[in-house]
Amino acid sequence: MTKELPIGGIAAITAIALAGLAMAEPEDDTLVVNEEIEMVTRTAAPDHLEGALPEIISGWHFRTSETRDIQRDDFDNPASLFVEQAVEVWNTVDGSASESCSSCHDDPQSLRGFWASQPKINEETGELWAAEQYVNNCRENRMGADAWGWNSQTMRNMTALIASVSRGLPMSVPTDGDYAEHWENGKEIYYTRYGQLELACSNCHEDNWGNNIRADHLSQGHINGFPTYRLKDANLVSRHNRFKGCIRDTRAEPYAIGSQEFIDLELYLASRGNGLSVEGPAVRN
Amino acid sequence: MADVKPRVRVPKTASAGEAITIKTLINHQMESGVRKDKDGNLIPRQIINRFVCTFNGETVLDVAVEPAVSTNPYFEFQALVPETGEFTFQWFDDDGSIYETTAAIEVS
Amino acid sequence: MELTRRGFMALGAGAAALVLLPIRPAHASVEDAIAEFTGGAEIGEGGITLTTPEIAENGNTVPVSVDAPGAVAIVMFAAGNPSPDVGTFTFGPLAASQSASTRIRLAGTQEVIAVAKMADGSFVRAANTVKVTIGGCGG
Repeated sequence: MTKELPIGGIAAITAIALAGLAMAEPEDDTLVVNEEIEMVTRTAAPDHLEGALPEIISGWHFRTSETRDIQRDDFDNPASLFVEQAVEVWNTVDGSASESCSSCHDDPQSLRGFWASQPKINEETGELWAAEQYVNNCRENRMGADAWGWNSQTMRNMTALIASVSRGLPMSVPTDGDYAEHWENGKEIYYTRYGQLELACSNCHEDNWGNNIRADHLSQGHINGFPTYRLKDANLVSRHNRFKGCIRDTRAEPYAIGSQEFIDLELYLASRGNGLSVEGPAVRN
Repeated sequence: MADVKPRVRVPKTASAGEAITIKTLINHQMESGVRKDKDGNLIPRQIINRFVCTFNGETVLDVAVEPAVSTNPYFEFQALVPETGEFTFQWFDDDGSIYETTAAIEVS
Repeated sequence: MELTRRGFMALGAGAAALVLLPIRPAHASVEDAIAEFTGGAEIGEGGITLTTPEIAENGNTVPVSVDAPGAVAIVMFAAGNPSPDVGTFTFGPLAASQSASTRIRLAGTQEVIAVAKMADGSFVRAANTVKVTIGGCGG
């Protein structure tokens, strides 16, 4: 931890962040995928935000027109290559029980709706689970197969497939009841300043969305597009991997991928985007 | 290389002599040969170095591909369809593999 | 970690002045590579359209397209890349147009150049500067 907190330091950082290009409005555009999936990419902010955002806007709007175009058609979207690989795995028998995903779930379409309310409390254990945990639960306990690494290519491919069949549906996670404690925890993480740069998620995504940090056009930080195909990685990126990257960039030691902190943060972030359409796998920079 | 799957988008039908748009995408890392691994060693180059599209044996497009082409190479171009037939698409890998797929089209 | 807060501030202040990287100088080899294609012949302008984004959101995947009606082949170069060659598009008799789109890697802000060899043996070229940005958060 740092020894002292020179007040000028934080002000200087914020000043530098804002000194970038002038405030750029999110592009005025509509997203219809494959000429059939109409996406809600701008909508009323959920009540729990209490006015922190005037409306909620998908990260899609903050990218250049070339990047936005790539997401309009599954053929152009390289994420489809990974989704196709997942479809093959879906239909392949794996594990001691000699089953495949399709043995129980039939077609991937049968999971439509699942992604829109992730993360979700598991009925049996009462714990808050992310999609990756549901997948591994099936694999280990029902298929008798090995768990996949949270951020492994196979897991990312599968979550891309699962997200893709929920596209167009509004994100919808609860914030009360059994979810309340997790939600409050995630909210606290969201507003906590981390790292040498002392940046909280809110400093960029709530206070400065629409502005530029150097040449990056800041979005509101919603997670409806995950797992995203990032041009930078030329591969799918999971929610937790993105959180880890963001916190690492504040020069802090990030929470682990798969940690309870990140699952709680996932819940809180999903709730900030309640109402936006599931876009995953989206295309971002 | 295992697991390399090309995809092509070709209309199913066309009128004789029509110009159609073809899109192709293939999953391939396109390892440029200038990246280094964690230990500082150069990762050897392995890319798709050539892409060819023919129709009923005649060339539509022949691309000499360099490492500057992005991971998961994407090509979009236009073809003339003089008659019913089949498009053949081939991607040539540095390691000697050839990935191939075809698409039939009917001329009304 | 030796980097002090003060030291970091100074770095930040300097970096803020540079939102975009300065243009990467063309390698001498670009002109050589072009000459190899043209055999040293004179290159004209016009008759070739090179479409590139003004700002590439990430240098890894930059959509570009080129169109030169009547061309036999079009070669594309990225003047500031470690190796300037991008690709050569040769059009066969069944190409409906002498045009193609692809996605390329650009190492930084630089000129992208397309040179077309026309059916009569002449050459034309087009060039655009593409700004390649560095993001604010880990690029």
